Amino acid sequence: MKSGRLLSSRVRERAAAFGLLPFAAYILLFLAVPTLIALGTGFFDNTGAFTLSTVAALGNPVVLTTFFNSFWLSALTAVVGAVVGALACYALLGVRPEGPLRTTIDSLSGVLAQFGGVMLAFAFVATIGIQGMITVYLKDTFGFDIFENGVWLYSTVGLILPYIYFQVPLMIITFMPALQALKPQWAEANATLGGTAGSYWLRIAFPVLAPSFIGSLLLLFANAFSSYATAAALVSQGSQIVPLQIRAALTSETLLGRENLAGALALGMIVVMAVVMVGYSALQSRAARWQQ
Amino acid sequence: MSAGFTLTEGVAHAPTRTVRTVILGLIGLVFAIPIVAMVEFTLRAGLVGGYNIDRWVALFQSGFTGVYRPVLVALGNSVALAIGTVAIVLILLVPTMLLVHIRFPRLRRLMEFVCILPISIPAIVLVVGLAPVYSVVARLFGSGVWTLAFAYGVTVLPFAYRAIQSNLDGVDVTTLTEAARTLGAGWGSVLLRVLVPNLRRGILAGAFIAVAVVLGEFTIASLLNRVNLQTALVVVSKVDPYTAVILSLLALAFAFVLLLVIGRLGAPRSHTRAPRRRITLKGTA
Repeated sequence: MKSGRLLSSRVRERAAAFGLLPFAAYILLFLAVPTLIALGTGFFDNTGAFTLSTVAALGNPVVLTTFFNSFWLSALTAVVGAVVGALACYALLGVRPEGPLRTTIDSLSGVLAQFGGVMLAFAFVATIGIQGMITVYLKDTFGFDIFENGVWLYSTVGLILPYIYFQVPLMIITFMPALQALKPQWAEANATLGGTAGSYWLRIAFPVLAPSFIGSLLLLFANAFSSYATAAALVSQGSQIVPLQIRAALTSETLLGRENLAGALALGMIVVMAVVMVGYSALQSRAARWQQ
Repeated sequence: MSAGFTLTEGVAHAPTRTVRTVILGLIGLVFAIPIVAMVEFTLRAGLVGGYNIDRWVALFQSGFTGVYRPVLVALGNSVALAIGTVAIVLILLVPTMLLVHIRFPRLRRLMEFVCILPISIPAIVLVVGLAPVYSVVARLFGSGVWTLAFAYGVTVLPFAYRAIQSNLDGVDVTTLTEAARTLGAGWGSVLLRVLVPNLRRGILAGAFIAVAVVLGEFTIASLLNRVNLQTALVVVSKVDPYTAVILSLLALAFAFVLLLVIGRLGAPRSHTRAPRRRITLKGTA
């Protein structure tokens, strides 16, 4: 019986490895292959010959400005979203997870964080558009014209508020589980050793939460950087951020006089994303130290 | 427990009621403004000013015929895609994550890398490479809208992974599995009766996010020329912005109710809470 078990454990190990196959095949077909195709196009011209001239377009001042715009927009909205979202998570800490308040906020966050897209653009046109509720209210009540120096809603600056609007709920969704995983035993140990609430947060909770917080922050940055639908619906003229420029490159074959520019822009985006990923990965190994 | 802090719902150092009300009230107020503005926008009564519900009445009296009929079809497509995507998360992602966690700990970093990868590959980048893949998919499965679920499964992967993994990190899966195996449970029982109940919160959160992502997805559908809710709304908005905002409000409300129902379905009954606490008491000699 014992030796039979030993033998079958080998077989089981192999059977378990086969269990990984469906997921691996799925990832290969719908993630690896499309990504390689998308990135490869930047290195070929229309005749299919290898070229580096398209990738060199990443040094073009117009392209650099677009990347700069995308960068500060994502960084700003990620930081604001992370801080406000973490504050909301803290406020939700003592709320019963199965209670009506939590389930309502969870659902609302889910809707706003990822369901928004095109509809958030509609929402902000109705709020701070030229005839928007807040625009009209400020003008009629205080004589204050938010568009005194031109209409900024349809430019990069106009994207800040809609982006924060989906960043905060995303922070609540991603950071709440980490905050909830704080063990009451740690507070117990802190109290037993004579610690106060302040020392609990400063010496225990913050250090334990820091990797999760910054990880969520990076997730928010990536989310804003790759976001397309809201910007596409809101910004009708020009391509101020990278995703819009990719669309322009996809629809017009020779933007900036280059072919397959979409592929090169995609490559540029992925390089930025890769840097964020490396940071995220480093944070995860720090977080893992706490979980041992 | 009384030494220096109180437990609120099993959480230490939770904020007081006042602090909580102030924070949530302020954030809630600011976040309500755009939604209120959308409602206000749809109620405007033409150039003379004032408000009425004419536009809402007109939309419903038309019975979603004419211009609006495609929106209903598109909504059906999006719901089908959401179901398909959640199925991919539950059937492909969750078992694989557990398998890696229990049997192949060395693959954990690789698994994480793969699952977080889609976030560094924006939809607009992915769609360029998906077009040739989908010409093959169309040959195998036909060009039905539901096949988009394969692409959406990849899109939701980082969110679903993070939600499930943060739950997985807080549960001692190895000890639970070993305990259940020692007591004679088969792998099926371990998975469905021990692990899934313990990971319910994370799996549910993952499913939440998957549904929300799919219902709001615009980029891939529009560039692969498939019809879903968002692409239909953009079409309507060009004809009639007021109707587009009404439909957006309805869609947001629909998604909210949908997520609320999903959350309620997974809400534990009060008597199941006692055993959960017992599980956390590990390592007491």
